[in-house]
Amino acid sequence: MTLKELLPQGKGFRYNFAFIDEGVKKEVRRALLKAVALPGHQVPFASPELPIARGWGTGGLQVTMSLIGPKDVLKIIDQGCDGSVNAVNLRKLLVATTGVRTTFDSREATLLQSRHRLPEVPLRSDQIAVLQVPLPEPLRLVEPSEVETRRMHSEGDYARMWVSLYEDVVQNGSISLTSGYPCRVHDSYIMSPSPLPRWDLPLLHDAEHLTLLGAGREKRVYAVPPHTSVQPLEFDDMPFTVENFFGMCCARCGSSGTFLDEIYDETTGQASRVCSDSGFCDLVREGAIPRRGRLAHG
Amino acid sequence: MGDQVLLRVQDLGKRYGPGCSSCRDLTGPEHSTNICARCGSIAAMEGIRFDLKEGEILGVVGESGSGKSTLVQCIYFDLDATHGEIAFNGQNGGDNVLGLPRSEKRRLRGRLMGMVYQNPMHGLRMDITSGANVAEKLLEADVFHFARIRERASGLLARTEIPATYIDRFPRSLSGGMQQRIQIAKALANNPPLVLLDEVTSGLDVSVQARVLDLIRELQRELGISMIVVSHDMGVIRLLADRTLVMKDGCVVEQGLTDQILEDPQHAYTQLLVHSAL
Repeated sequence: MTLKELLPQGKGFRYNFAFIDEGVKKEVRRALLKAVALPGHQVPFASPELPIARGWGTGGLQVTMSLIGPKDVLKIIDQGCDGSVNAVNLRKLLVATTGVRTTFDSREATLLQSRHRLPEVPLRSDQIAVLQVPLPEPLRLVEPSEVETRRMHSEGDYARMWVSLYEDVVQNGSISLTSGYPCRVHDSYIMSPSPLPRWDLPLLHDAEHLTLLGAGREKRVYAVPPHTSVQPLEFDDMPFTVENFFGMCCARCGSSGTFLDEIYDETTGQASRVCSDSGFCDLVREGAIPRRGRLAHG
Repeated sequence: MGDQVLLRVQDLGKRYGPGCSSCRDLTGPEHSTNICARCGSIAAMEGIRFDLKEGEILGVVGESGSGKSTLVQCIYFDLDATHGEIAFNGQNGGDNVLGLPRSEKRRLRGRLMGMVYQNPMHGLRMDITSGANVAEKLLEADVFHFARIRERASGLLARTEIPATYIDRFPRSLSGGMQQRIQIAKALANNPPLVLLDEVTSGLDVSVQARVLDLIRELQRELGISMIVVSHDMGVIRLLADRTLVMKDGCVVEQGLTDQILEDPQHAYTQLLVHSAL
């Protein structure tokens, strides 16, 4: 049976607005309220089954489904791109079950669901970013036990997290983590902003917008409320740095100072760089926003 | 040795089991057991009371199961004492610290104490490098300057006679004596006023034992640290301790200057211990 047959126009059984029923939405929203009240703290939630496999964005999807209303304008991104498979599938499901308007322009959206990126244009206070998270626990790399990681969070016992950074510097000369870089939120909990690249972390710090992070498989939600400090862990003598795209610019829109992806031409074998945020890139090409000429936050 | 009291322990006890009003009366050396006949609880340690002065080395001797390790583990907050008080001079207003939240205790421990366990598996993490083991202690005390951490770690490892190149090696690939010296380096990382040594030389051969004991004595003189040295070996106690507690069945049966205890033991158990050792 296809999704279409199950949905409102099908005969007999009808799904609720935004697929999940109101009781489930309420449960997710309660967890989200707690998450907003305790920035960076992972709040457990039920995470029931969805018509999408766990690990494919079900955490973000449930957050979106529990928040979305008929007047919302939705943007869904995967790796910065509106057109990749995961984004297209999630968008189809949400449109089919809600009928809301969608957009590729981050400035128009009221609700943005994303995996791996935040839009290059900083979000406003009337927008909410929902992030799909595969691994919510930043301490998992140093401690396999959930009981123990919860104790470590509750007591602020983060020495072992720091030891892993020390070892990284000893082996690689600098902290080599690219995504999932641990951040201290509101000077309290350490949070995994997974899987955002380092580039996007300054966009989370003291932001205008609310960021909600959902991990469906791990059944956790957490949040970064507006105007909350998000500090990437750094040694006093080794300041945190973002990815370096010095001397490179986007082959499509000519911007420099955006997060760039490397694209290989299959016939010529030539590598070129394009903006990872395809919505931003398209708007620059259309002339709707000016080309970016310098580092956004360098 | 100063006159200032660094650590005050009062009526400290650790019980396993439900406990009852008779535990205190039915256990101890006079009953030759630490198991309460009425409720079956184990009084691993009962009514311990002593002061430790600045720069003093206190020895704790006794047979296996007499509560020696329980005592240092309670002081180090590895175990939660069932009752009693522990107070550090100048910390928490000189009041009992056992009631503090765990996060506070961790901070206190990071600043004030270092511990060397009998088995390096307990004191070191084998899956991180020697340097990282020392760094962990510094990071616990909020030292976040990488170059300074590195410098301190290599300085301490050099001081404890670990070759410079071993800083980035895993402790599991090193010998028992070296692991023990890395533990000592780790314990000293934050210049703590108090170091606890639990049977540090028990697993080592005699020549390595002598070198580790020499090192401990040198460091103690150099840095003026207070120490609590737990051992079942009278030789270690004679070499290191200014004052000694003798424990049996969870209680202190005798205490005094080490020389006095060795030359003129009063309690029957101490006499047995001294004579079998000498």
